[in-house]
Amino acid sequence: MATTTLPPGADITFDDQGSGKPPELAPRPGYVMQSGSPAQKSETGMLVAVSAIGMSFAAFTSAMFVRQDSSTDWQHFQLPHVLYLNTLILIGSSVTLQLSRQRFAAIPQAAQRASASVKVLSASGIYWLYLTAALGLIFVLGQILAWRNLAVQGLFLATNPSSSFFYLFTALHAVHLLGGMGGLFYVLRKLIRDGGAAETSGLSAFSIYWHFMDLLWVYLLLLLAIRI
Amino acid sequence: MHETSAASVAHQHAAPTGFIRKHIFSLDHKVIGKQYYGLALLAVFIGMVLSWLMRIHLGWPAWPIPLLDKLSAVGAPQGVMTPEYYLSLMTMHGTIMVFFVLTNAPFAAFGNYFLPIQIGAEDMAFPRFNMMSFWVTFTAFLVMMAAFFVSDGPPISGWTAYAPLSAVGGDAGPGLALGQTLWAISIAIFCIASLLGALNFIATTLDLRTKGMSLARMPASSWAWFVTAVISLLAFAVLLPACILLILDRVAGTSFFIPAGLILSDKMQPHAGGSVLLWQHLFWFFGHPEVYIAILPSIGIVCHILPVFARKPLLGPRAAVGCMIATGFLSYMVWGHHMFVSGMSPFSANLFSVPTLIITIPMTILTLLLICSVYGAKMRFTAASLFCLGFISVFISGGISGFFLAQPSIDIYLHATYFVVAHFHFVMAVASLFGVFAGTYFWFPKMFGRMMNEPLGKLHFWLTFIGVYCIFMPMHYLGLAGNVRRYSAFVDDYLIPLIPVHKFITIAALLTGAAQFIFLFNLIWSRFKGPVASENPWEATSLEWSTTSPPPFDNFAGRHMVVFNGPNEYGVQNNGTDFVMQVSPEKVSAS
Amino acid sequence: MGKLFAVLVIVIALISVSFFVRHTWWMPTDISTTGAAIDHQLDETMIETGLLFLAGQLVLGLFVWQASDKNPARKIKIFPGGSKPVVIAAIFVVGIEILALTFIGSKAWAAVNIAPAAADSLHIDVQAEQFAFYFRYAGPDGQFGGLHPDKIDDGNGNYFGLDPANDVAARDDVVVGSLVVPVNHPILLTLHSKDVGHSFYVPVLRIQQDFVPGLEIPVHFTATQTGKFEIVCTQLCGLGHYNMKAYLQVMSEPDYEQWLKSQEGQ
Repeated sequence: MATTTLPPGADITFDDQGSGKPPELAPRPGYVMQSGSPAQKSETGMLVAVSAIGMSFAAFTSAMFVRQDSSTDWQHFQLPHVLYLNTLILIGSSVTLQLSRQRFAAIPQAAQRASASVKVLSASGIYWLYLTAALGLIFVLGQILAWRNLAVQGLFLATNPSSSFFYLFTALHAVHLLGGMGGLFYVLRKLIRDGGAAETSGLSAFSIYWHFMDLLWVYLLLLLAIRI
Repeated sequence: MHETSAASVAHQHAAPTGFIRKHIFSLDHKVIGKQYYGLALLAVFIGMVLSWLMRIHLGWPAWPIPLLDKLSAVGAPQGVMTPEYYLSLMTMHGTIMVFFVLTNAPFAAFGNYFLPIQIGAEDMAFPRFNMMSFWVTFTAFLVMMAAFFVSDGPPISGWTAYAPLSAVGGDAGPGLALGQTLWAISIAIFCIASLLGALNFIATTLDLRTKGMSLARMPASSWAWFVTAVISLLAFAVLLPACILLILDRVAGTSFFIPAGLILSDKMQPHAGGSVLLWQHLFWFFGHPEVYIAILPSIGIVCHILPVFARKPLLGPRAAVGCMIATGFLSYMVWGHHMFVSGMSPFSANLFSVPTLIITIPMTILTLLLICSVYGAKMRFTAASLFCLGFISVFISGGISGFFLAQPSIDIYLHATYFVVAHFHFVMAVASLFGVFAGTYFWFPKMFGRMMNEPLGKLHFWLTFIGVYCIFMPMHYLGLAGNVRRYSAFVDDYLIPLIPVHKFITIAALLTGAAQFIFLFNLIWSRFKGPVASENPWEATSLEWSTTSPPPFDNFAGRHMVVFNGPNEYGVQNNGTDFVMQVSPEKVSAS
Repeated sequence: MGKLFAVLVIVIALISVSFFVRHTWWMPTDISTTGAAIDHQLDETMIETGLLFLAGQLVLGLFVWQASDKNPARKIKIFPGGSKPVVIAAIFVVGIEILALTFIGSKAWAAVNIAPAAADSLHIDVQAEQFAFYFRYAGPDGQFGGLHPDKIDDGNGNYFGLDPANDVAARDDVVVGSLVVPVNHPILLTLHSKDVGHSFYVPVLRIQQDFVPGLEIPVHFTATQTGKFEIVCTQLCGLGHYNMKAYLQVMSEPDYEQWLKSQEGQ
């Protein structure tokens, strides 16, 4: 390899760390070769997305604190009890999601042993995912029940700042959850089509989103329970 | 663990066929980058024309402007602007320029085009989201344009849309009904588009760098796009809630921002308990990082381009990147400096002033690194390099006025005067735009395979450089004299003697604006008739210059690029040339 | 090319600075007790930033001039010491400047916005609305009447929404469209808005304060010279924003007393 010279005092560091050996060609740990694997890309993307969503809810939280303190017109009310049941359902859906992922994670080993359990694992994994979707749907229906409960009490979006924020938080969360369910069906379709190849289905990215929705809901519930 | 299979190494998406797939709903980041650029170009000319109309009215308020009554018979009867029409032109000028030009051009346009190439990737991490983010931006633009034509007039509350003026609806006067609601909807849509875009930039930078492209070897422009994307993600994630709350106050009867007892148009407003300052806090928590979103990509572009023409490395590339990161981090701590006299606790003034002043440190370091990169250079003077040098000058000018405004005691006097207008135009409108011009002249050959016309480019530079100083430097003097901003006319006793200065500024603005048509002509002419460009006409080192002009569909014609060097290997002796490309295995050693 | 740029940058810098130095367009004479500190702060900042500005532009011009030397035998030079001295110098110089400006400036700010009003302040109530300022004095009884927004009737001059029929204290409140004050007497204003955000800017007093709907905000000052000065609105409040102003009239004590008596008589 040809060598080249630099003027003295140049502010450039060298690839060979001054060893005189050719630059190391092996990839350094921590970054991926060209066209990073789909799973890693989508996981990174999902973590980023989830940060943005978290930031938005943080902004809404701070708006609520400021609004509460800026005036004396806040009227507290009791949270509909169905919310607590919904919480359990949503947590349950995270559990079913993890059970599903466990099934899919066991497939590569089963495939190596050329075991017939690959099909069983795949079917089982898909079944748990369907259950996750069902629980998510039940959660949203339960939220609707909560809103109807409030409507019966005469609490609507503009009735009082407390009800405004209640509807705002729960509705936005439900909208994000429904979006997540759209993602879930996309993942399911890919899994069914590709015979349970979880790496390329976006399952790991989806589970980041879904668990985040779960945690976000728990946070919102606490926030509403304490401040509303 | 994350081994690539043959399938994943293959193209992320197949080459497009058909006109629609190739040019309209394209997944190719290069096409999307050009689409963003085109949108920004359209927006900047609209924004510039709006500024001409404003400046003419300020200098000659009674003079009927030809054709203006065709644009709005109500807003400008017989061509003479009403005060509310002036304010709506001003609002749309600011909104269009900040969002659709300054967030789009240096970041979304150039970043989309060149980030993947500079890091050796085939495309962005999520090409479909990328396409969506452009078309959602375009939708936001259409909604904003629609606001021009509603019967009650375009919004008049400024790009800052302070509550309660922006929140109570039509009772507060013309321009505050449907137009204001469309404004809020448009911005909310824009937020979503920006979040999608930022997501793509971040995932791409983290996961798609090619072999050998460590973060340390990324060009300054890629770093700037990455840092900007992170800032963008967190900032727009706050503006979106603000817009949602504003829309709810306007249409759903809530009272997030509207306190009790307001009387507008002789009517008691049916709201109570809201906090006016809440809007300002939410808005500026976004708004301050937003200005760094506007400037950082241009800083990165200049740091990337200047060494090419100086034929020597950027001084302190690691320090430069560190400064970008520090700026991004600090930008979240300073928003209250827009609110010193807002009625928030006066004790918080120091809390915001100190980080505001501290943020001048990384900005100063960057400026000095750029200046000292010129030291000892063998400068090649092209339109691109002239705009880089011009950038340094105008960035100094714009940054200096920030020292005044950062101090609460001085801000008492200078807040809401033309001094502020001078400051933000210098750093945003001028400096940021100079970065875009430099990037255009530099990257046009790569994007379109043809060279732009150099003499025209240089003429464009000289006229613009002199012109912007004539427009914006006098505004400092006006501000010091106490000339209030956002006035549609100057009728106060102490302002009337300042009108001649306004007339001077108006003429300068019109002439400088006219000079931009040289640039527009150059763009269009060169696109079709410019001399064919080689692969590396500027003798630059970064990866975009290791592929054809324009690059093929997958950027590198199937090659898997391997990177051996950083982007700063200029001024070395290398087989008769003075540079080493990033992908070249030439070993560089000290003498 | 490069030499042209260098000359242009230096010429622009010098011309720009000359207008600042010559005070061609400048702040009006300060007539307040707290303004001198602000003016001093401004002057200090002007000098320090002026030097930085000139230095930056001049050095840029100089380096560009030198870099335009077309001698092919010339080799590039790296800035002596590399980036480290540049970074350290920037941190030190700017850091010290920041410390100095903050330390001194915080006193100027506190005098206006944190220090309490003098105990013997003349208290005047200020209302901003689209598109005028109105000022209310307590009258001989020294008491302000209560405000009732629903009773506001601009047509009959009841801008503040007073209820003299039921509110004794409101009967003698004086409401005018100018801010009339005695010279050398501490004044305490209470700012509130009837509708949207406005702002109270008096350049000669070096004070500026937003009106925030829903809040009552105190502003205090002491005027040291008699005369007639302008108060203008600086927060965008609608189509009449450019025209929203009032006069500040600073009178001698006897003149003020006389003026007040004539108002109370009405």
